Amino acid sequence: MPIIEAKGLTYTYPAGTKRAIENVSLKIERGEFVILTGPSGCGKTTLCRCLNGLVPHFYSGKLEGDILVAGLNVSKRSVQELARHVGLVFQNPENQLFALFVEKDVAFGLENMGVPRHEIRERVDWALQMTGIEDLRERAPHELSGGQQQRVAIASVLAMQPDVMVLDEPTSFLDPLGAQKIFEVISEVNRKLGITVVLVEHRLDLASRYSNHVVIMHEGRVVLDGEPREVFQSKKARLIGVGIPQATRLHHLLEESGLRLGRVPVTSEEASQIIKEVLRRD
Amino acid sequence: MIEIKDVFFTYPNGVEALRGVSLSIPDGEFIAIMGQNGAGKTTLVKHFNGLLKPTRGEILVDGVNTQKVSVATLARNVGFVFQNPDHQLFCETVEDEVAFALRNFDFEEKVIKRRVAWALNLLDLEEYRKTSPFMLSGGERKRVALASVLAWDPQVVILDEPTIGQDHKQKERLRQFIVQLTAQQKTVIIVTHDVEFVAECAPHVILMANGKIVAEGSARQMLTNLDLVTQASIAPPQITQIFLGLTDLGLPTDLIDIHAAKEALLDFLEANP
Repeated sequence: MPIIEAKGLTYTYPAGTKRAIENVSLKIERGEFVILTGPSGCGKTTLCRCLNGLVPHFYSGKLEGDILVAGLNVSKRSVQELARHVGLVFQNPENQLFALFVEKDVAFGLENMGVPRHEIRERVDWALQMTGIEDLRERAPHELSGGQQQRVAIASVLAMQPDVMVLDEPTSFLDPLGAQKIFEVISEVNRKLGITVVLVEHRLDLASRYSNHVVIMHEGRVVLDGEPREVFQSKKARLIGVGIPQATRLHHLLEESGLRLGRVPVTSEEASQIIKEVLRRD
Repeated sequence: MIEIKDVFFTYPNGVEALRGVSLSIPDGEFIAIMGQNGAGKTTLVKHFNGLLKPTRGEILVDGVNTQKVSVATLARNVGFVFQNPDHQLFCETVEDEVAFALRNFDFEEKVIKRRVAWALNLLDLEEYRKTSPFMLSGGERKRVALASVLAWDPQVVILDEPTIGQDHKQKERLRQFIVQLTAQQKTVIIVTHDVEFVAECAPHVILMANGKIVAEGSARQMLTNLDLVTQASIAPPQITQIFLGLTDLGLPTDLIDIHAAKEALLDFLEANP
């Protein structure tokens, strides 16, 4: 059974005039690393809000269609109950962190869930270790760098041991090396713990290497859904104007000029390898 | 013209964010300031409209020392779009937001109307004219912040991380209107981590680390220099990385542009049939 399954999902914000998402159907299997992308205003963030029940419970308005996350019907379950299964990491960690100590921030969700004290301690230690910030436990979150803050936000979500982690452009305030480190933390959580990752991202050059499933939305609808290579090389993806990785674009330009390269690269290493093979064979 | 003369800046909490920065930015220049989080980029540009005043050294904007005039006076010439649009937006509709500064600057109502229409059109926001900025997506709010600054037509436009949350199409629009602005001899200064955007726009690049300028030069010189790039905590564009993996074939390693990359590969094939 898929961990996330949406059927004919349609939603309009109470004050909105047009549908934020329209007839979205989607299946995500347990353990997948999904990149969700698409032009600004395409409904990515709204879809994420459907995964943990913020839509429709917090934003109100009518959600049509069905969405099941970890076997739970989102429309019928409370945000609190869904929070045990789906963790959300925001774009700007400033909007998420509030405690005086990192440790307290990471423990907050568990305290709210009524987890016993000794277990909270264990899970906080574990989450800090997984995200590589044990040395920051007694620091104040607002004194940390953007990258460190985002790790704290991820640790707070991780401590809840969710089935699904949803991250809405978690690296956009970070420099490229900082962003890469965050992607590596997310990828490790995905590989080692089997937590399903849904990552909203525009920086496909940096993120694609970690993903095995790409979903592209456009004007509220899912328009492409599949394996990264297939999605990125499709004409539709180019037309919508998402930031297809340069490696894939270069491949396309070369094929257009009559150079047959065979496999489609997503990362720079793959592109170098494929180009090398072709140039040497000739 | 902005002249920065040996500027030091220390925040009240004791953090020394700028440690001797000198730079001069002529009118009509397009500059990208890049570097690690915490390198001092945003601190530096906040000096250009007087939001911050140097602890030591001085900054002259068109010959006027920023120490001696108010932010309100400087703002007329220097527009600043913040990294986080939520630090900037507060009106009830997009239209009011874009008109706000114009009203403050006492423009005539009919001029305001024209300017607002122009800015909304430029940033593809007409359909949201009557919408609350807070109903919009992050990328759209960012464009509203930009529209509200461009509307009053400042001589210098500072954009802190303008490509955050923007899709490919919006980035291309952004690139085009930066070209337009510089063609009108306006100065555009962006603070950015977006190497792919810099590779496409090819501005003059200033690299900062630890409160100092470590290097400056063309986008191509800066982004393909691995030592500098690492020092500034950025990664070379993907095109450069691809070619770094091809050095043993004798291909150039200083490419940042995808079309130049394609030509280089086709040339190589022609020369080595």
